[in-house]
Amino acid sequence: MPSKRSICIALALGAGLAVSASAKEPARDNYRTYCTQCHGKDGNGKGINVRDMSVQPRDHTDAKAMSGRSDDTIFKVIKEGGQSIDKSVLMPPWGDTFSDEEIRDLVAYLRQLCKCTYGASP
Amino acid sequence: MKRSAFAFAALIALTGSGARAADDGSAILTQRCAGCHNLTGPAPQTLKELWARKAPDLFYAGNKYRAEWLSGWLVKPTLIRTAGEFYADHIRSGEKSDEVDPATLEAHPALNPADADAATQALMRLKPRDQLIAAETIESGSISKSMGEMAFDKFLGCMACHEVEPGYGGASGPELYTAARRLQPAFIASYIRSPQAWDPKIWMPNKHVSDPNIQKMVHYLAELAKEPGNAK
Repeated sequence: MPSKRSICIALALGAGLAVSASAKEPARDNYRTYCTQCHGKDGNGKGINVRDMSVQPRDHTDAKAMSGRSDDTIFKVIKEGGQSIDKSVLMPPWGDTFSDEEIRDLVAYLRQLCKCTYGASP
Repeated sequence: MKRSAFAFAALIALTGSGARAADDGSAILTQRCAGCHNLTGPAPQTLKELWARKAPDLFYAGNKYRAEWLSGWLVKPTLIRTAGEFYADHIRSGEKSDEVDPATLEAHPALNPADADAATQALMRLKPRDQLIAAETIESGSISKSMGEMAFDKFLGCMACHEVEPGYGGASGPELYTAARRLQPAFIASYIRSPQAWDPKIWMPNKHVSDPNIQKMVHYLAELAKEPGNAK
């Protein structure tokens, strides 16, 4: 028969785990962890994985190319992968890695990297 | 009391030297491995924890590795993660693209054969993920290297991050040309099905690979591991 105190501790631990596992990470940290492997540590599309790729990853600092994609399209390609917008299978779906909120933050972060908005490059 | 002491002694006698070796191995793990490897779980729950990880988690080693490979590798370790762990800490700008900075990669220490066997026995007792493994059924079968490669490279895009032969493929994931020698087939299947079920913050995405394609990949990796050029 567990004591009230041990139940209380167990609940607190459980709640702590649940929160930490789903806590929102800053877009910059998510980008560093998941995106730079292909898009490069400087966001220029030249990550450590690109050498043998048949389709090169998007250069996120390319304002012209990035301004050609709407925020909704960028959201979709991050969540569902390249094939969801008829692009490369090499861009995987990240829907099991990021929450929708984290993806929205990433879209905003990409707009900082390209210094651009949809339909208007500087 | 006497009876329980007798039963305990009998149990020790029955389990014999294997259990003793595993106990010796546990001491080796604590003394020599725990500094870099997580032996107790859980896996990193935040990016800060993930970035702090210096080496693969071993708390589910018994659900992951093939014992015969593990004991051999510990005697003569080779590089499996091309860009080390955490990969972003081991890259620099290169001429054409980012590249691995080899000076930042530390070689894994080698154990003598007796210690390697003992450590392996202790590691193989760590099996907290039996349920994930039991959920997988590996069908017998095979796939030609060319068909497997087509699925791996073109349809599933795994080559983006993994090497399928030395010097071909991505660098942020472990090389896969020796994967089938290293890993239990059910672990390979389970990990492809949901990397996050094993390691919530891992930089491998869940690609929602279908059951038939998971089987194909298990068979393809088995095919790759047969190649003498990939022998280590």
